[in-house]
Amino acid sequence: MVFGYRSTRHPMYQLRDEMDRLLTGFFGQPAEGSRFTNGRGQPAVNLWEDEDSLTVELEVPGVASDQVEISVVGGELSLKIERPELKQQGVTYHRRERPVGSFTRLLRLPSDVAADQVEAELSDGVLTVTLPKAQSAKPRKIEVATA
Amino acid sequence: MADENTITKPAADEATAAEHTRSGRFYRPNVDILEQEDELLVLADVPGAQGDAIDVKFEDGTLAIHAKVDPRQDDNTSFLLREYGVGDYYRTFQVSEAIDAGKISAEYADGVLTLHLPKAEAIKPRKISVKTG
Repeated sequence: MVFGYRSTRHPMYQLRDEMDRLLTGFFGQPAEGSRFTNGRGQPAVNLWEDEDSLTVELEVPGVASDQVEISVVGGELSLKIERPELKQQGVTYHRRERPVGSFTRLLRLPSDVAADQVEAELSDGVLTVTLPKAQSAKPRKIEVATA
Repeated sequence: MADENTITKPAADEATAAEHTRSGRFYRPNVDILEQEDELLVLADVPGAQGDAIDVKFEDGTLAIHAKVDPRQDDNTSFLLREYGVGDYYRTFQVSEAIDAGKISAEYADGVLTLHLPKAEAIKPRKISVKTG
Protein backbone atom coordinates (compact mmCIF):
# COMPACT_ATOMS: atom_id res chain seq x y z
CA MET A 1 0.00 0.00 0.00
CA VAL A 2 1.68 3.15 -1.11
CA PHE A 3 -0.63 6.09 -1.35
CA GLY A 4 -3.65 3.99 -2.16
CA TYR A 5 -4.69 4.46 1.40
CA ARG A 6 -8.14 3.01 1.85
CA SER A 7 -9.21 0.58 -0.73
CA THR A 8 -11.67 -2.08 0.12
CA ARG A 9 -12.78 -4.37 -2.63
CA HIS A 10 -16.33 -5.48 -2.57
CA PRO A 11 -17.70 -7.99 -5.07
CA MET A 12 -20.25 -5.44 -6.16
CA TYR A 13 -17.36 -3.24 -7.17
CA GLN A 14 -17.27 -5.28 -10.34
CA LEU A 15 -20.75 -4.17 -11.19
CA ARG A 16 -19.68 -0.64 -11.61
CA ASP A 17 -20.37 0.96 -14.91
CA GLU A 18 -17.74 0.38 -17.53
CA MET A 19 -17.14 4.06 -17.57
CA ASP A 20 -16.33 4.14 -13.92
CA ARG A 21 -13.59 1.63 -14.39
CA LEU A 22 -11.63 3.59 -16.90
CA LEU A 23 -10.18 5.97 -14.44
CA THR A 24 -8.68 5.42 -11.08
CA GLY A 25 -10.31 6.51 -7.91
CA PHE A 26 -9.15 9.42 -6.02
CA PHE A 27 -10.08 10.62 -2.60
CA GLY A 28 -10.01 7.00 -1.59
CA GLN A 29 -8.93 4.29 -4.02
CA PRO A 30 -5.57 4.16 -5.73
CA ALA A 31 -4.48 7.69 -5.04
CA GLU A 32 -1.20 6.75 -6.62
CA GLY A 33 -0.56 8.87 -9.63
CA SER A 34 -3.68 10.87 -9.07
CA ARG A 35 -1.83 13.50 -7.14
CA PHE A 36 -0.40 14.98 -10.24
CA THR A 37 -3.12 14.20 -12.72
CA ASN A 38 -4.60 16.88 -14.84
CA GLY A 39 -7.64 16.77 -12.65
CA ARG A 40 -9.33 13.78 -14.21
CA GLY A 41 -9.33 11.36 -11.33
CA GLN A 42 -12.55 10.09 -9.89
CA PRO A 43 -13.61 10.37 -6.30
CA ALA A 44 -14.16 7.04 -4.56
CA VAL A 45 -17.64 6.40 -3.22
CA ASN A 46 -19.42 4.13 -0.84
CA LEU A 47 -22.98 3.36 -1.80
CA TRP A 48 -25.48 1.48 0.30
CA GLU A 49 -29.20 0.96 0.45
CA ASP A 50 -31.96 0.27 2.85
CA GLU A 51 -35.66 -0.14 2.27
CA ASP A 52 -36.35 3.53 1.82
CA SER A 53 -33.28 5.07 0.32
CA LEU A 54 -29.91 4.86 -1.33
CA THR A 55 -27.01 6.65 0.31
CA VAL A 56 -23.81 7.75 -1.37
CA GLU A 57 -20.86 8.82 0.71
CA LEU A 58 -17.61 10.44 -0.41
CA GLU A 59 -14.60 11.73 1.42
CA VAL A 60 -13.88 15.25 0.24
CA PRO A 61 -11.53 16.87 2.76
CA GLY A 62 -11.01 20.59 2.36
CA VAL A 63 -13.93 21.01 0.00
CA ALA A 64 -16.56 23.67 0.72
CA SER A 65 -20.23 23.08 0.04
CA ASP A 66 -20.23 25.47 -2.90
CA GLN A 67 -17.48 23.41 -4.51
CA VAL A 68 -19.77 20.42 -4.80
CA GLU A 69 -22.30 19.96 -7.57
CA ILE A 70 -24.81 17.17 -7.35
CA SER A 71 -27.52 16.29 -9.82
CA VAL A 72 -29.77 13.37 -10.60
CA VAL A 73 -30.75 12.92 -14.22
CA GLY A 74 -32.26 9.88 -15.86
CA GLY A 75 -31.36 7.38 -13.17
CA GLU A 76 -27.82 8.63 -12.84
CA LEU A 77 -26.20 10.57 -10.05
CA SER A 78 -23.66 13.08 -11.18
CA LEU A 79 -21.10 14.41 -8.73
CA LYS A 80 -18.68 17.19 -9.42
CA ILE A 81 -16.12 18.26 -6.85
CA GLU A 82 -13.69 21.13 -7.04
CA ARG A 83 -10.66 21.14 -4.87
CA PRO A 84 -8.74 24.29 -5.58
CA GLU A 85 -5.01 24.54 -5.34
CA LEU A 86 -3.61 26.42 -2.42
CA LYS A 87 -1.64 29.24 -3.93
CA GLN A 88 1.29 30.16 -1.78
CA GLN A 89 4.25 32.31 -2.47
CA GLY A 90 7.73 31.59 -1.24
CA VAL A 91 6.97 28.05 -0.24
CA THR A 92 8.93 24.87 -0.77
CA TYR A 93 6.89 21.69 -1.04
CA HIS A 94 8.51 18.71 0.63
CA ARG A 95 5.53 16.50 0.06
CA ARG A 96 2.47 17.00 -2.03
CA GLU A 97 0.05 14.12 -1.86
CA ARG A 98 -3.27 15.87 -1.45
CA PRO A 99 -4.96 15.93 -4.83
CA VAL A 100 -6.25 19.16 -6.29
CA GLY A 101 -8.38 19.89 -9.30
CA SER A 102 -11.80 19.02 -10.60
CA PHE A 103 -13.22 15.56 -10.05
CA THR A 104 -16.35 14.03 -11.47
CA ARG A 105 -18.18 10.79 -11.00
CA LEU A 106 -21.25 9.46 -12.69
CA LEU A 107 -23.09 6.65 -10.94
CA ARG A 108 -25.92 4.63 -12.39
CA LEU A 109 -28.43 4.27 -9.60
CA PRO A 110 -29.64 0.72 -9.00
CA SER A 111 -33.21 1.84 -8.35
CA ASP A 112 -35.51 4.73 -9.17
CA VAL A 113 -35.19 7.64 -6.79
CA ALA A 114 -37.36 10.63 -5.98
CA ALA A 115 -35.05 13.19 -7.55
CA ASP A 116 -36.81 16.13 -5.91
CA GLN A 117 -36.18 14.74 -2.42
CA VAL A 118 -32.46 14.15 -2.68
CA GLU A 119 -30.53 15.67 0.21
CA ALA A 120 -26.82 16.24 0.69
CA GLU A 121 -24.80 17.02 3.77
CA LEU A 122 -21.17 17.95 4.22
CA SER A 123 -19.54 17.36 7.57
CA ASP A 124 -15.86 17.07 8.56
CA GLY A 125 -14.93 16.48 4.94
CA VAL A 126 -17.46 13.71 4.39
CA LEU A 127 -20.21 14.26 1.84
CA THR A 128 -23.36 12.21 2.30
CA VAL A 129 -26.04 12.18 -0.36
CA THR A 130 -29.35 10.60 0.58
CA LEU A 131 -31.59 9.56 -2.28
CA PRO A 132 -35.07 8.43 -1.22
CA LYS A 133 -36.34 5.62 -3.38
CA ALA A 134 -39.25 6.31 -5.65
CA GLN A 135 -42.49 4.83 -4.43
CA SER A 136 -42.33 2.24 -7.23
CA ALA A 137 -38.91 1.04 -6.08
CA LYS A 138 -39.81 0.43 -2.46
CA PRO A 139 -40.59 -3.07 -1.32
CA ARG A 140 -44.29 -3.47 -0.75
CA LYS A 141 -46.02 -6.00 1.30
CA ILE A 142 -48.95 -7.43 -0.59
CA GLU A 143 -51.86 -8.43 1.50
CA VAL A 144 -53.46 -11.62 0.38
CA ALA A 145 -57.20 -11.29 0.36
CA THR A 146 -59.04 -14.21 1.74
CA ALA A 147 -62.39 -14.94 0.33
CA MET B 1 6.22 6.89 -5.66
CA ALA B 2 8.13 8.70 -8.36
CA ASP B 3 7.60 12.08 -6.86
CA GLU B 4 9.24 11.05 -3.62
CA ASN B 5 12.52 11.14 -5.42
CA THR B 6 12.00 14.66 -6.56
CA ILE B 7 11.92 16.03 -3.05
CA THR B 8 14.97 18.16 -2.98
CA LYS B 9 15.46 18.59 0.69
CA PRO B 10 13.49 16.17 2.78
CA ALA B 11 12.73 18.00 5.96
CA ALA B 12 10.40 15.30 7.07
CA ASP B 13 10.95 11.64 6.43
CA GLU B 14 8.58 9.05 7.53
CA ALA B 15 9.68 7.25 10.62
CA THR B 16 10.50 3.72 9.62
CA ALA B 17 9.31 1.89 12.66
CA ALA B 18 6.05 3.34 13.82
CA GLU B 19 4.84 1.82 16.99
CA HIS B 20 1.21 1.05 17.07
CA THR B 21 -0.21 0.70 20.49
CA ARG B 22 -3.63 -0.20 19.22
CA SER B 23 -4.42 -3.12 17.05
CA GLY B 24 -6.62 -2.80 14.03
CA ARG B 25 -6.35 -1.12 10.72
CA PHE B 26 -4.97 2.31 10.20
CA TYR B 27 -5.24 4.46 7.17
CA ARG B 28 -2.45 6.64 6.03
CA PRO B 29 -3.58 10.20 5.48
CA ASN B 30 -2.41 12.09 2.42
CA VAL B 31 -0.29 15.03 3.44
CA ASP B 32 1.25 18.16 2.02
CA ILE B 33 4.36 19.43 3.74
CA LEU B 34 5.34 22.97 2.96
CA GLU B 35 8.28 24.93 4.16
CA GLN B 36 8.09 28.63 4.71
CA GLU B 37 10.73 30.94 6.00
CA ASP B 38 9.80 30.55 9.61
CA GLU B 39 7.78 27.36 9.80
CA LEU B 40 6.94 23.98 8.37
CA LEU B 41 3.31 23.54 7.50
CA VAL B 42 1.75 20.07 7.46
CA LEU B 43 -1.69 19.58 5.91
CA ALA B 44 -3.24 16.17 6.44
CA ASP B 45 -6.48 14.84 4.98
CA VAL B 46 -8.35 13.10 7.76
CA PRO B 47 -11.98 13.21 6.56
CA GLY B 48 -14.53 11.94 9.01
CA ALA B 49 -12.42 12.71 12.06
CA GLN B 50 -13.73 15.04 14.70
CA GLY B 51 -11.48 17.77 16.01
CA ASP B 52 -11.34 16.45 19.54
CA ALA B 53 -10.40 12.96 18.37
CA ILE B 54 -7.16 14.04 16.75
CA ASP B 55 -3.96 13.47 18.60
CA VAL B 56 -0.73 15.15 17.51
CA LYS B 57 2.57 14.38 19.19
CA PHE B 58 6.02 15.72 18.62
CA GLU B 59 8.77 13.95 20.44
CA ASP B 60 12.47 13.51 19.71
CA GLY B 61 12.06 14.86 16.21
CA THR B 62 9.17 12.55 15.41
CA LEU B 63 5.81 13.97 14.54
CA ALA B 64 2.91 11.56 14.98
CA ILE B 65 -0.63 12.16 13.81
CA HIS B 66 -3.39 9.92 15.04
CA ALA B 67 -7.02 10.63 14.26
CA LYS B 68 -9.62 8.34 15.67
CA VAL B 69 -12.52 7.63 13.34
CA ASP B 70 -15.40 5.44 14.38
CA PRO B 71 -17.33 3.48 11.75
CA ARG B 72 -20.13 5.55 10.28
CA GLN B 73 -22.24 2.63 9.18
CA ASP B 74 -23.45 -0.52 10.88
CA ASP B 75 -21.80 -3.82 10.19
CA ASN B 76 -24.95 -5.07 8.54
CA THR B 77 -25.22 -2.21 6.07
CA SER B 78 -25.90 -3.50 2.58
CA PHE B 79 -23.19 -1.90 0.53
CA LEU B 80 -23.53 -1.84 -3.22
CA LEU B 81 -20.20 -0.09 -3.66
CA ARG B 82 -17.45 0.05 -1.12
CA GLU B 83 -14.44 1.76 -2.53
CA TYR B 84 -12.88 3.03 0.66
CA GLY B 85 -12.72 1.93 4.23
CA VAL B 86 -13.41 3.98 7.32
CA GLY B 87 -11.12 3.89 10.32
CA ASP B 88 -8.36 5.61 12.25
CA TYR B 89 -5.63 7.55 10.53
CA TYR B 90 -2.06 7.23 11.65
CA ARG B 91 1.18 8.51 10.28
CA THR B 92 4.54 9.53 11.62
CA PHE B 93 7.27 11.75 10.25
CA GLN B 94 10.86 12.30 11.14
CA VAL B 95 11.50 16.02 11.20
CA SER B 96 15.12 16.94 10.77
CA GLU B 97 14.62 20.67 11.04
CA ALA B 98 14.98 22.12 14.49
CA ILE B 99 11.45 22.83 15.62
CA ASP B 100 10.28 24.92 18.49
CA ALA B 101 8.13 22.15 19.92
CA GLY B 102 6.49 24.39 22.46
CA LYS B 103 5.00 26.56 19.75
CA ILE B 104 3.49 23.89 17.53
CA SER B 105 -0.13 24.71 16.81
CA ALA B 106 -2.91 22.84 15.05
CA GLU B 107 -6.20 23.72 13.39
CA TYR B 108 -8.86 21.44 12.04
CA ALA B 109 -11.57 22.24 9.54
CA ASP B 110 -13.55 20.30 6.95
CA GLY B 111 -11.53 17.12 7.31
CA VAL B 112 -8.16 18.81 6.96
CA LEU B 113 -5.69 19.05 9.82
CA THR B 114 -3.24 21.93 9.58
CA LEU B 115 -0.12 21.87 11.72
CA HIS B 116 2.24 24.80 12.15
CA LEU B 117 5.72 23.76 13.19
CA PRO B 118 7.71 26.92 13.88
CA LYS B 119 11.41 26.64 13.23
CA ALA B 120 13.64 27.09 16.21
CA GLU B 121 15.12 30.56 16.47
CA ALA B 122 18.64 29.35 15.81
CA ILE B 123 17.98 28.27 12.25
CA LYS B 124 15.73 31.08 11.12
CA PRO B 125 17.44 33.24 8.56
CA ARG B 126 18.50 36.38 10.25
CA LYS B 127 19.79 39.54 8.89
CA ILE B 128 22.82 40.67 10.79
CA SER B 129 23.45 44.32 10.60
CA VAL B 130 27.06 45.24 10.39
CA LYS B 131 28.09 48.08 12.53
CA THR B 132 30.49 50.47 11.15
CA GLY B 133 32.74 52.18 13.54
